[in-house]
Amino acid sequence: MNDQMVIAEDDAVEEFRRENQTKEIWRRFKKSKGSLVGLFLLVIILLLVIFANFITSYDLAIKQDPSKILEAPSMEHPFGCDNYGRDVLARTIHGGRISLGIAVLATLCSCVVGSLLGAVAGYFGGVIDSVIMRTLDIFMSVPDILFTMAIVVAFGSSFTVLLLALTVAFFTNYVRLVRSQVLNLSEQDYIEASRAGGAGNARIIFSHILPNSIGVIIVNVTLNVAKIIIYESTLSFLGLGMPPPQPDWGLMLSEAREFMRKAPFLMFFPGTAIVLCAVAVNFIGDGLRDALDPHLKS
Amino acid sequence: MYIYIVKRLLFLIPTILGIILIIFAVMNVTPGDPGRAILGVSARQDEVDALNHQLGYDLPFLQKYVNYIKNIVTKGDFGISYFTKQSVFDEIWPRFVLTIKLALCGILLSTLIGVPMGIYAAVKQYSLYDTIPSLIAFFIASIPGFVLGMVLLYVFSLKLNILPSYGAKTIRHLIMPVFAISISAAAQNMRFTKSSMLESVRQDYVRTARAKGLPESTVIWKHALKNALLPVVTQIGLNLGLLICGAVVIEKLFSLPGIGGLIVDRISFKDEPVIIAGTILIAVCFTIVMLIVDLVYAYIDPRIRAKYSRTSTK
Repeated sequence: MNDQMVIAEDDAVEEFRRENQTKEIWRRFKKSKGSLVGLFLLVIILLLVIFANFITSYDLAIKQDPSKILEAPSMEHPFGCDNYGRDVLARTIHGGRISLGIAVLATLCSCVVGSLLGAVAGYFGGVIDSVIMRTLDIFMSVPDILFTMAIVVAFGSSFTVLLLALTVAFFTNYVRLVRSQVLNLSEQDYIEASRAGGAGNARIIFSHILPNSIGVIIVNVTLNVAKIIIYESTLSFLGLGMPPPQPDWGLMLSEAREFMRKAPFLMFFPGTAIVLCAVAVNFIGDGLRDALDPHLKS
Repeated sequence: MYIYIVKRLLFLIPTILGIILIIFAVMNVTPGDPGRAILGVSARQDEVDALNHQLGYDLPFLQKYVNYIKNIVTKGDFGISYFTKQSVFDEIWPRFVLTIKLALCGILLSTLIGVPMGIYAAVKQYSLYDTIPSLIAFFIASIPGFVLGMVLLYVFSLKLNILPSYGAKTIRHLIMPVFAISISAAAQNMRFTKSSMLESVRQDYVRTARAKGLPESTVIWKHALKNALLPVVTQIGLNLGLLICGAVVIEKLFSLPGIGGLIVDRISFKDEPVIIAGTILIAVCFTIVMLIVDLVYAYIDPRIRAKYSRTSTK
């Protein structure tokens, strides 16, 4: 009876603490105007991308109309038409679906793979750690773009291959980050206390190490989303990303390059879209870093 | 110190072998064989098989890997391109030199722009010398290199017509490409130097130096800066990876005959020997630069030097 009351009380305290922490983080986050602007921008972009089908149909993005080749922006086609007479507005919005979708998925994949490896390396140490870290050294000594090219050559370009390539290029960050977090935290007194109290590996990892390192991981994830957006557009620009005629910002820019003289507006819209997304995500990442990790604030 | 250098040099060998193994393994999954690729679709199957046998393609994977390395080490032979039927090494080397030139110019320019601005922004924190460059650096970090390159191309070649838009004949041809790949690295350098410098200004020894009554300039230049620049050295080395990545795209955009553009072009022809050799060359170059950075770091940081001289006497 008494025990139950204590537990209930603990839960209440815990709940109160959590609620307060979220509020505190939000308070610190909104202190910087940049992060609010970033959040606002990102929400608009996400709404446009999620409700793309209500704004303009996908057919418009791939339907070719020879009579409208390189048509300048007008009321009917606010962003103009490209070299196949396709509506650039529709292509930009639907392109965002592919570009951002891949970026988010690749971020999740690389985060999960990298964090798991890092946690295993840091927690178990010894031979396992050495094997993982030395292999990682080799991975890191090949510039990402070369790996990506090798993968695309081997498997051809498609959505899955692009996802794989981006994951391979970005998982290394998380391995190092999570490993150093785990190593750092393992030495803390409260972990020792918890172990002395009889907690097992799983409990220590899930209730102490993970919650304490989640802030740093979230900040890194956010900043990596921006990098992946940029990297994905670069790959598509090189023709290593999504195969045409899918609309994709990098691919659109690569096509626009040849018509730079006649139709500079073709490169303006997808280019601005990429930069806006990256700016928004970077602003949010910076704000989150200040909010979640006050020590890092400079 | 020597033990450290020797140890690092020895570790270079398994790293390079590992790089080649990974690239080789990825490429090995690709369907298609060299005999068919060289002789074309119309060739007879027995001729194709004979050529495959002659090239050692029908051997098991590990043996192919060992042979490949043996040929590189003993003869400097990277195989024959499927596409041009020329020796891969002859084709790659001049292009490799151009890419390295581009990357080194990029490192130089990005360091010269980024590091001093970062130091200045940290020293004058919260003034306009800090906020404006920091904001600009922040935006540049969100712009892909090729978008920047396209804007440069549009403004300086198409509109103002003062710089050539493609080729690599003269220095003038290289201005825009070098600028396009350096600018994002410069922004990164600036942000990194600034935070490293701010970190170092907060250290106890800087407070001690101030407390001793040293003039502010001595405190900043002699005490804070020296320590702040240590991590910056590593950052500059890491920039090479970024610059090579940038170079691949920029070479394509400005039609420069570099190795990155070559690899991208040959991807559609599945010209494996060129792709493998190019990738290996760049990766090895990157590894060596990272090694040099580590050695420089150990040399300029007395703490690391001390650690190794102590362990070596034991």
